[in-house]
Amino acid sequence: MLIRCVVNGRERTAEVEPWTSLLELLRDELGLIGAKDACEQGECGACSVWLEGEVVCACLVPAAQADGRHVRTVESLSVNGALHAVQDAFLESGAVQCGFCTPGLVVAAADLLEREHEPDEAAIREALAGNLCRCTGYAKVVDAVRLAAEVRR
Amino acid sequence: MSAVRGRQLGGVGESARRVDGPAKVTGAYVYGGDLRAEGMLFAVAVRSPQASARIRSIDTSAAGRAPGVHCVLTAAELPAKRTFGLEYSDQPVLADGVVRYEGEPVAVVAAESRELARAAAKLVAVDYEPLEPVTDMEAALCAEAPRVHDFGNVLRHVHIVDGDLDAAQADVWVEGYYETAMQDQAALGPEGGLAIPAADGGVDLLVSTQWLDVDRQQLAPCLGLPEEQVRVALAGVGGAFGSREDLHVQIHASLLALRTGRPVKMSYGREESFHGHPHRHPSRTWIRYGATADGRLVAADVRLLLDGGAYASSSPAVLANASTFAAGPYEIPNVRIEGTVVYTNNPPCGAMRGFGAPQVCFAYESALDLLAGKLRLDPVELRLRNAVGTGSVLPTGQVLEGSAPLREAIERCAAIPLPEPDDPPAYPGGAGNVNHGETLARGVGFAVGFKNVAYSEGFDDAARATVTLREGPLAEIETAAVDYGQGLYTVLAQIVRTELELEDVRVLPATTAAGFAGSTSASRQTTMAGGAVLAACRAVRAELEERGGDLSEPISCTRDYHHRTTTGFDDRGHGDIHASFAFVAERAVVDVDTELGLARVVQLAVAQDAGRVINPQGAEGQVEGGAAMGLGLALMEELQLEGGAIQNPSFTDYLVPTILDVPPVLAEFVEEPEPGAPYGVKGIGELATVAATPAVVAALRAATGRVLNRVPVRPDDLVGLRPPAADDGPAPVPDVPGQQAIPEYLGLGLGQQELMKGRTR
Repeated sequence: MLIRCVVNGRERTAEVEPWTSLLELLRDELGLIGAKDACEQGECGACSVWLEGEVVCACLVPAAQADGRHVRTVESLSVNGALHAVQDAFLESGAVQCGFCTPGLVVAAADLLEREHEPDEAAIREALAGNLCRCTGYAKVVDAVRLAAEVRR
Repeated sequence: MSAVRGRQLGGVGESARRVDGPAKVTGAYVYGGDLRAEGMLFAVAVRSPQASARIRSIDTSAAGRAPGVHCVLTAAELPAKRTFGLEYSDQPVLADGVVRYEGEPVAVVAAESRELARAAAKLVAVDYEPLEPVTDMEAALCAEAPRVHDFGNVLRHVHIVDGDLDAAQADVWVEGYYETAMQDQAALGPEGGLAIPAADGGVDLLVSTQWLDVDRQQLAPCLGLPEEQVRVALAGVGGAFGSREDLHVQIHASLLALRTGRPVKMSYGREESFHGHPHRHPSRTWIRYGATADGRLVAADVRLLLDGGAYASSSPAVLANASTFAAGPYEIPNVRIEGTVVYTNNPPCGAMRGFGAPQVCFAYESALDLLAGKLRLDPVELRLRNAVGTGSVLPTGQVLEGSAPLREAIERCAAIPLPEPDDPPAYPGGAGNVNHGETLARGVGFAVGFKNVAYSEGFDDAARATVTLREGPLAEIETAAVDYGQGLYTVLAQIVRTELELEDVRVLPATTAAGFAGSTSASRQTTMAGGAVLAACRAVRAELEERGGDLSEPISCTRDYHHRTTTGFDDRGHGDIHASFAFVAERAVVDVDTELGLARVVQLAVAQDAGRVINPQGAEGQVEGGAAMGLGLALMEELQLEGGAIQNPSFTDYLVPTILDVPPVLAEFVEEPEPGAPYGVKGIGELATVAATPAVVAALRAATGRVLNRVPVRPDDLVGLRPPAADDGPAPVPDVPGQQAIPEYLGLGLGQQELMKGRTR
């Protein structure tokens, strides 16, 4: 089936199977590898993207559901090489190790900061509760979101 | 922004930003599963649903005719060597007549897409004759148990005796029995690689791994190719924690690429990943401590059993580690340690962060708390009274020659402020809002641990690095050492910045062409690759001075770094087994809902012996993440097996700590430089994992008063619905020819132990 959608501001079309996920569409058809495939079950958040402004696990969404809609991925956050405040804060705070969960965490954190300008620690942890990280123990991830919120103020 | 203290040039001692950071935060970093090539095929494995079975027949004809299929391989089509293995080559590339664990690869299929390959894999018809599996590690020791391998079920037994246990005069004895479950590394990035057939008849393999050189050493003979025709390069690794030490897709993808003449990509999904790498050994430990009335340890008697699963992997080395640490980091004059690792039809076990140290740490620290209780001594005080220091002698007779600031670590950890009672309180159960404080109990637990740095038992795991200085000035580092996330490349760049006094440092892609670097494991690469880079920098500097600073031609120097020599075990289990040791003290604070059995870790405090910290922020990250992994084993992480089959191979059912489970980790470093190591460093990657588990469980015991002799602790254990793990007394000691792994005596196909001889000095 033919899918037509807007990804990171660009109109894209792709021929997909009925069982193709949004994640497969992005990664395999459109070459956007930022969203990661780590659990295939919506448990880890590594494939987090925005669909019509809502953060979703792309592995759980059929590609067909993106037809005629807007998708935004981690690749949209840095513009002409300039990092988004959340991305820069992740580097400054040491919140990146292997980096596999990082794009998903960055999307979830950026989404939180679009909704809440001064989240406290409980709000940060609640917002990122759907993103697994095996390397950092999360402490520096919390630091990074705090720092990004500060910088944006 | 300069939120991080002292960030200037990005040299040694500064919290330099990661060299691979920008690509990782933007999503551009390419991991094994992200690789692509023009015209590539996708490969999947057909895995055994049986834990133990004879293969009567395999029919691949339907799969071979399926749409888009280019090749189906079984053991019958293997071109050369048929087995591989890290220490002993006992693991079939594809099951050959028998399967010994659920998930063992039986065939591989390459097709035009992953979907087509998966569909075809389902058409491979394997006729199994199920056999009775051996799934209990004690049952495996019985004479009448089915044999996992023809030569029996004992993989290795280590016997360590010091002093005279029978003559030991103790005022007080305690004994305990402890079990730890099979834990999975659960690296977020699954295994993946891309094999590309080369014009010279060889293969170029990009793969997520921990050790390029030994991948190639195992891979080349299975392809029937000389090593120079097998070039292995590092793809991005999404975490490893030991799970990428063993081969996963390397041989399968390369065989299919050579066979089809097309690039072949193989990357696991989460379920296959759970079947596609070895796990942390489940353990059973019987331990008895004797002490004087004033709390001086005089005796330790330990029986340790590890479940190695179906193949050797790195089990012999894990057992050696666990056995040498089994009495704890304490001065004890009379010790006997009997450690055994057995083959079973459970999934293979091998390397995972801590490498044998966490299992015994849970046992010896739990038993030490029993002793503290019996002596009515403060647990911290009891540890201080018995802690080893520089000059202490371990049960192996090895003298601690390096720095050993365990006492200072204990004191520093104990001095970290305890958390305030929560206001407003955050009760276990979180948003479930199941408790308002009426049945809440807070507990505090303390534990210490230790571990070796680098490889042991006479293994010369050297590392090579080349540093090139160019006009700019710009420096390049070339090494086969792997950074799988912990920050090695950043640390190496920091060393170059400091030594060559420049800012612009690039780490070239890691390939086997860079020469032997050893594994990124055993907390060794900051010392080993770091040592090689440091030596190469100093050589570059010397030449620069000789040239009077002229850089019109680049200066390139290659250096190898070796750690001090170690030895194997003698008949009594004595020897200079380990190259270097590091120590840690940890304290956990938990809140338990004693009615529902829900637990919340409120705070973890860690004081770790680090020699010298190269990157403070990165070091904290290692401690925070490491402690979280130990917390996971204490409270939730367990691969559940039934008849040898994994029941929970998914992130839905295998629980990994989330951001709501891991509390603030307060990390401090004790910096007493290690003599002879570059800048005095010690490895830091594993220690926090080792003692976090017993610290958390000690806190749970303090909160509930329950025995809790098994991890992970479940809610049932905390409310007393499930009785403590029971035992029938220590497992019998097997009759073995000596201290080596059994395959060694049988002259079985050799793995890295033999492969590495003749390669190093």
